[in-house]
Amino acid sequence: MRRVYMDANATTPLLPEIVEAMRPYWMEHFGNASSIHQQGQRARTAVDEAREILAQFFNCHAAEVVFNSGGTEGDNTALFGLLHPGDHMITTSIEHSAVIAAADRLAQEGIETTKIDPQPNGLIDPMDILRAIRPNTRLISVMLANNETGIIQPVEEIGKIAAQTGVYFHIDAVQGAGKIPIDVQKIGCHLLSISGHKMHAPKGIGAIYIRKGTPVSSLIVGGSHERRRRAGTENVPSIVGLGKAAEIAMHALDSGVMHRLGELRDRLEQGLISKISGTGVNGVNTDGSIAPRAANTSNIWFDNLEGEALVIALDLKGLAVSGGSACHSGKTEPSHVLMAMGLDKNRARASLRFSLLKTVTEADIDYVLSVVPEAVARLRELAPAPEPTFSATALA
Amino acid sequence: MATTVSSVSKQINPEVSEVIAVAMSGGVDSSTVAAMLHAEGHEVIGLTLQLWDQNRLAGKPGVPDAPKAGRCCSLDDVYDARRVAETIGIPYYVVNQQDRFEHDVVQPFVNDYLNGRTPIPCSLCNNHLKFDQLLLTARQIGADRIATGHYARNEYDPARGRWILKRPADRAKDQTWFLFGLTQDQLAHTLFPLGHLTKPEVREVARESKLHLTDKPDSQEICFIPGGNYKQFIANYLDEQGREMPDSSGELVSTSGETLGRHEGIHNFTVGQRKGLGLTAPNPFYVLNIDATSRRVTVGPESELTSPILHVHRLNWIAIPGLNQPRRAQVKIRHVHDPAPALLEPTVGPDGSDRVKITFDEPQRAITPGHSAVFYDGDEVLGGGWIL
Repeated sequence: MRRVYMDANATTPLLPEIVEAMRPYWMEHFGNASSIHQQGQRARTAVDEAREILAQFFNCHAAEVVFNSGGTEGDNTALFGLLHPGDHMITTSIEHSAVIAAADRLAQEGIETTKIDPQPNGLIDPMDILRAIRPNTRLISVMLANNETGIIQPVEEIGKIAAQTGVYFHIDAVQGAGKIPIDVQKIGCHLLSISGHKMHAPKGIGAIYIRKGTPVSSLIVGGSHERRRRAGTENVPSIVGLGKAAEIAMHALDSGVMHRLGELRDRLEQGLISKISGTGVNGVNTDGSIAPRAANTSNIWFDNLEGEALVIALDLKGLAVSGGSACHSGKTEPSHVLMAMGLDKNRARASLRFSLLKTVTEADIDYVLSVVPEAVARLRELAPAPEPTFSATALA
Repeated sequence: MATTVSSVSKQINPEVSEVIAVAMSGGVDSSTVAAMLHAEGHEVIGLTLQLWDQNRLAGKPGVPDAPKAGRCCSLDDVYDARRVAETIGIPYYVVNQQDRFEHDVVQPFVNDYLNGRTPIPCSLCNNHLKFDQLLLTARQIGADRIATGHYARNEYDPARGRWILKRPADRAKDQTWFLFGLTQDQLAHTLFPLGHLTKPEVREVARESKLHLTDKPDSQEICFIPGGNYKQFIANYLDEQGREMPDSSGELVSTSGETLGRHEGIHNFTVGQRKGLGLTAPNPFYVLNIDATSRRVTVGPESELTSPILHVHRLNWIAIPGLNQPRRAQVKIRHVHDPAPALLEPTVGPDGSDRVKITFDEPQRAITPGHSAVFYDGDEVLGGGWIL
């Protein structure tokens, strides 16, 4: 059976050139980047080169790039490393659980959090952030692109507010990285975390930009790696992989790959909505247009069905998509992101995320447009009829 | 191996290849079903119902901070089911039905006890979750039928034009008592591939199929109450819901109306119960009756525990379309009870609904309101209802 993977926001495959770039660093150049000898120097060079590429990727100095294990560690580092009892933090109700759960933990330690709800189109209003600022506000943490809807938050405006009010600003850019250009100077953020496996690098590698002078204490202590900001022997092959992934992503952003991806996403989205009744896009503005989104993501609601059953039915037809975010599967609660956008529970439960890989083809889109309507029809046909208002005996 | 395995369930299902969803609990029985049907060449999809979060009441009185291993609907069972699916090589999914389970099984369970009845959550789960919601999900995702690891047999009888539910080959494992609520449509879309096998044979098939859990013990307790202390569960659940435990304390009385003592609440009792009455007497006392209105618990000697008559309501019929006139049957009133000969008579309740009056040839011990009475004609399940 043909298999089409449309769950790129959950994870992505390694690209062949990334695997090739990494290959020598497992066996041939296996050195510890902290060692004095030549094996160590070779590894150190590879890490430094990757760091230079990431510095270009973020538009920062190489010394401001810290390699870590991924997005969750980056988010945790920003929150746990910067906040102290008595501080106040502002974040949003649509963040990834790496931020939300960290904020919940901090709440137990006397760090208060204000969670800003998005507007119905999924966008955070920067004015809401400004209004939430208090004298003891130390950190604003807002994501760049939402993992479920792809909607891109107005981080430059929020950056201005942070600068004006003297508050540190962290961005969870896990879903934005590689899909939209990142410029930490333009945004004016102090911290920005990314994850390798969302952009064709391996799982278990990530990086965080820490602006020079930002007093972030290390989450993991031990040796003096990463300028004492993250202890632990550098994961050299994966760091090389992340560097290569960032290089490929920058090139792709410059060469219109995202534009083509957006057109395919739009064709998929419009195709689904026109072929299937009772559907729509999550993230619509009041004028009917759609809020700015990452080019690969489409989040669609389907009335009168169970989203979970549709995900399973589609997987059996060869299409991999997800409802809500992968970290939440197995939970009975509807997506907290869609609920925060004001969707009703049923619609939130019956929303699916299609997130496309850059390698998606026209034929993939055609295949998806052929299997989804069929699967939806079967689900709806077999769904139990709504409870009648009057029983037959009551009418007699 | 495949021939040994396939010869068994073909007896039920002679058709060639079907898409079959197997309800996998993570136990030996349902895992073996998945292996058997796959070996037969069917397209098998493994589904596990996630019904209850074992962490929900963790940390409350009598509940460990971390859930114990090896309980139904625990993550360990999901792990076991997933490993079996990987071993066999079939797609596998966890279907979340926690809300529905709480509404249709847990809440009625709590309310039954609070009203002096002794519920059977497994029957409610079969009716509302396994053969209703899971079957629906299975069909929605493209399966023709579901198969479960229940010990029961079902077959279509063209002469009567009905699907028949029958007792299994392994009488000791007979689960038809829990299945009396199945509708004709549910039976038509269900396979019980273990109906012709004994438990030792099932373990043998599991071993041949190289399933890692061949020696996993059977689960015995109520899946959402690990440890089995239902009183503690009710208290913890009500506490979690922000509800007060209703005061149902009252008198312990003899059959002649004499007050023998007091009790802490009617939910602590089940008809036939001997322990925990707090009474000292030369001969043991048993709970004979629980009256929810007066909160009176009547106790008496074992000789008074038997009764020949009971009434059931909320009926379901399987081998016959209904009961128009009195007929003979064998009736089973608890899981460990040999069906006993009785006369069934149709009656009508005050609300106009159909009921059945059952008169046993020999008085039966501890007829328990809230339990079910299932009617048999030899191997066949005629139908059943809930004891009033």
